[in-house]
Amino acid sequence: MKITKDEIAYVAHLARLDFTESEYEKFTSQLNDILLYMDILNKVDTKGLEPMSHATPLHNAFRDDVEMKSLPVEASLANAPDDNGDSFIVPKVIE
Amino acid sequence: MEYEPVIGLEVHAQLLTKTKIFCGCSTRFGAEPNSHTCPVCLGMPGVLPVLNKKVVEYAIKMALATNCTINSSNVWARKNYFYPDLPKGYQISQYDQPLAEHGYISLELGGSTKRIGITRIHMEEDAGKLIHDEINPVSYVDYNRTGVPLIEIVSEPDMRSPEEGAEYLRRLHEILVYLEICDGNMEEGSFRCDANVSLRPKGEDIFGTRTELKNMNSFRNVQRALEYEIKRQQYVLDNGDAVVQETRLWNDSQGMTHSMRGKEEAHDYRYFPDPDLVPVVISGDWIEEIRGSLPELPLEKRERFIKKYGIPPYDAGVLTASRALADFFETVAIKSGRPKLASNWVMGDLLGHLNEDKLLMEECPIRAQALSDMIGLIENGTISGKIAKDVFEEMWRSAKDPKEIIEEKGLVQITDSSALEAVIDQVLKHNSSQLEDYRKGKDKLFGFFVGQVMKATKGKANPKIVNEILQKKLSK
Repeated sequence: MKITKDEIAYVAHLARLDFTESEYEKFTSQLNDILLYMDILNKVDTKGLEPMSHATPLHNAFRDDVEMKSLPVEASLANAPDDNGDSFIVPKVIE
Repeated sequence: MEYEPVIGLEVHAQLLTKTKIFCGCSTRFGAEPNSHTCPVCLGMPGVLPVLNKKVVEYAIKMALATNCTINSSNVWARKNYFYPDLPKGYQISQYDQPLAEHGYISLELGGSTKRIGITRIHMEEDAGKLIHDEINPVSYVDYNRTGVPLIEIVSEPDMRSPEEGAEYLRRLHEILVYLEICDGNMEEGSFRCDANVSLRPKGEDIFGTRTELKNMNSFRNVQRALEYEIKRQQYVLDNGDAVVQETRLWNDSQGMTHSMRGKEEAHDYRYFPDPDLVPVVISGDWIEEIRGSLPELPLEKRERFIKKYGIPPYDAGVLTASRALADFFETVAIKSGRPKLASNWVMGDLLGHLNEDKLLMEECPIRAQALSDMIGLIENGTISGKIAKDVFEEMWRSAKDPKEIIEEKGLVQITDSSALEAVIDQVLKHNSSQLEDYRKGKDKLFGFFVGQVMKATKGKANPKIVNEILQKKLSK
């Protein structure tokens, strides 16, 4: 196996995801297949090639520093589970 | 045991762009909560960030001003973590390909110069602001600050005392403000600093375990927090215990740092290239174009002022504290042709009044031209240095030209010898007993007579001429 169930549990925790036992098994096996495929890709000779961060050769997509209209506060807050009219309200988490 | 502190600093500086880094929302401080938000900075599904070109320009300016090597290819990375100040669940930052690396700034410490290395400078977005309810278990979130452009400037662990740390911050702050890319307001959080500090036995090369200090919002507090933390670590080590690598918060009112508990879990940010943002490629031409637009930096200005105007290093330091002040001084120095006098008036009376009235240089009621005119009037003998003080006061109050004030108030210096002779005769006549004492050898009374003449002429007598006439008359 390329990946353990513990590693899946760790990544799931970082993403705040909760899985059932059968889901753990399923994802462990699926991710294992993906990593095995990566092994095949790793066999390609990439000597002398710069690693790419993106699939296209595009770069420097800029905008000018010009102000645009923001949303009305009511609209920004519209989908919030809770608000007080100007701020989002969340459970208190003190880091 | 004797220890040596090792200090490295991380500075976050908000860039003075009009709009956020990836959307057109305003960056203005102090607006109603969430009034500067849009689908992009709120992290709504399906939106795409577009980079503000000014952010890259400003960041390049700082990289050049701190002697960094600029990387031609820049990649944006997602730093993943969950906290309500971050609506997307990740911060857009730079990771393994930052904007710039391997720079330095120079500090002048008690006559010698020390270079502090800059490890890296990268661009990123700021997070939102949380206000924790004091009673209820809730927090209020304001996303106005989310997406305000930041540069993070990381120093090498090159500082060896809290004073050096504070000096580094002051110089870095000064450069940012000179470049006009950051307003430097520490209270509003435009310039923030975290500190890494460790101790090692003196003479040792290997670093000790460090702690990271946060929550210091002034130069003074950075220095105080470092001083406290060095003492604390020394105590721990002297007791034979080990320093725990952790983040500690500075508490200003207690004057202590304490551990941020409950954060034991190591952060795993899982950085990866942001697929929504294409790389930024910085050409040599672009860098040279920006280099050409850089203003003279504080250190260069200081050295030039000392050389060109013959003023002492201390004066040069005071006069270059801000670009506006330096420009003002330089205009007065050039226009009056009297740099030393210009420096005295600007550092003394002008700065004194600005501080007293809590005004910025930009709000100064006296124009450089008016002050240099006034110096000219002292130089050509129209007014005495003493009267000039009164003229200056009036210029400060009314913002009028010195000539106008002198005419209105009849402050022109009396240089007419015969007129002064008449006054002196009167003074000597009215103070005959002092005159007698003087003649008997009480030389000190010379000053008394000068004072009386000044009083009689309301300070308008030319002191040099008064001295000459008095000398003549008293030696008879």
